[in-house]
Amino acid sequence: MKKKLMFTSIVPLLALAGIFVLCSPKKSSGLENTGTAAPDANNAGLKLPAGFGAEVTAETGAQARHIVVTANGLIYVKLAKLKNGKGILVLQQDANGKATVKSSFGNYGGTGIYIKNGYLYASSNQEVFRYKLNANNEVINPNAPEKIITGLKMGREHETKSLVLDNNGNIYVNIGAYSNSCQEHDRQPHSMGIKGCPILDSAGGIWQFRADKPNQTYKDGVRYTTGLRNVVGLDWNTQLNQLFVMQHGRDQLSTIFPELYTDKQSALLPAECMYALKKGDNAGWPYMYYDELQHKKIMMPEYGGDGKKEAVGNFIDPVAAYPGHLAPNGLLFYTGNMFPERYKNGAFIAFHSSWNRSPEPQAGAFVVFQPFKNGKPDGEWEIFADNFAGSAEKEAAGHQDHKPCGLAQGADGSLYVTDDVKGTVYRITYNKK
Amino acid sequence: MKKIFILTLLISISATYLFAQAKKPVKKRATAVRGLTASIASGKKVYTLYCLSCHQMDGGGVQNMNPPLIKTTYVLGDKGKLAKIVLKGFSDNVEINGDTYSNVMPSLSILKDQEIADVLTYVRNSFGNKASAVTAADVKKARAAK
Repeated sequence: MKKKLMFTSIVPLLALAGIFVLCSPKKSSGLENTGTAAPDANNAGLKLPAGFGAEVTAETGAQARHIVVTANGLIYVKLAKLKNGKGILVLQQDANGKATVKSSFGNYGGTGIYIKNGYLYASSNQEVFRYKLNANNEVINPNAPEKIITGLKMGREHETKSLVLDNNGNIYVNIGAYSNSCQEHDRQPHSMGIKGCPILDSAGGIWQFRADKPNQTYKDGVRYTTGLRNVVGLDWNTQLNQLFVMQHGRDQLSTIFPELYTDKQSALLPAECMYALKKGDNAGWPYMYYDELQHKKIMMPEYGGDGKKEAVGNFIDPVAAYPGHLAPNGLLFYTGNMFPERYKNGAFIAFHSSWNRSPEPQAGAFVVFQPFKNGKPDGEWEIFADNFAGSAEKEAAGHQDHKPCGLAQGADGSLYVTDDVKGTVYRITYNKK
Repeated sequence: MKKIFILTLLISISATYLFAQAKKPVKKRATAVRGLTASIASGKKVYTLYCLSCHQMDGGGVQNMNPPLIKTTYVLGDKGKLAKIVLKGFSDNVEINGDTYSNVMPSLSILKDQEIADVLTYVRNSFGNKASAVTAADVKKARAAK
């Protein structure tokens, strides 16, 4: 009895202590772009290579996704979620490079935005619109866009429709697979892949449409490339006249197949891949993934793989591979003259940072530079702009202050980066003479 | 003498009664507390294997994708509904504090009733949450309900 009494009095204390330990409280114009703007004293909190500086161009307080900057310095930002009922922000820069929101329009959230041949193109998660611009690159009629593409598949994941145009009147739209790995039951442990993954009919690839034809649907478009799980960052490489995309690789190898993958392996695999695409290419999702440690195309475990078996099929190789789950959301080939010569025609990649590395630390809220030579990645990638997260601890815990998403090049060659956590728009300049 | 006998009888009866009254809740509390501690400990293991990769170590979830498990009505509210989410999976459009979450949650009905009870008890008593334990019987009931 005495023992029991003691037990009953100690246990609640232990339980309380246990609960206390287990609970981690939640923390909780001039349309002139002068190019003479000085970077902020602290480089907007970013870490950059010597000679580079950064400033906060604007704080939009919105989920800023992709961005375009016009020749005369107007900035258009696509918002994932509406702010004050609008999904596209128009920002105007002053002589110091600081921008303020001038207007907003478009009653849809989304990611894709691009300017080509006098039109602004923007996407919701199911449609693509375009707006005619005047001589000052202002949208003439923000309330009456032309609907270019409609009826695109949108699932519960990878729903954003990134877009880019070529020089021949075509528009390329990502239609992400609404699945992690085409399992019978999405993300369920040990659920196997559906034979002849049916998602690929209408998603999991890049579709090509005409840039000027209204109301196009799937039947008017071409499945340009397939086997791409989800693409957010993409760009048209004008030097090669070719589409480049960054694929978001599959998640949760160790959660779904704990007997085949350790959490450490699952944090790094599979690679986030850069692909140079040609019409008809197949990048292999969901039948394979690229392992950047073995430098091999590996059969997906949902389709009989064991982490070692190589993929069987006619799948293209990536032109570059990056560590897993870092989420490349922006891709930009640098064609400006402000940065040193070695940056010219190389690629900047905005990594949004991982969420799928737990229990391993998260990583990757940074902008990477990938050197190129003769149209091919040449040499190791390097972190160009770092510390968007605010600190290493915030990054590891997945509580980044800012996450890079969109990239744009200003007329003067400066590099713009959006953040979709707080809506900061950064401008990175090179200041060494 | 008779009086004394009756008095003694009365005292002993009331003593037994009182003792029983006093003993019962003590015993019950002991069981409940021991159960909660054990349930939280095993629940944490289940959480680490099946839930952590999306909902994260601190239950904070991932912006736009995986909902947080911190002080939401889903977590703190009806146990049957909560158990059902684990059993059936979840792909409804929900808004939590003005944010939406798109990832699909798979059904984890392969887990035993006790494992689901434990993981839900862990979640309801972690990350700043404080709510009653979920029992295997609660889960069994949710499993049987359509």
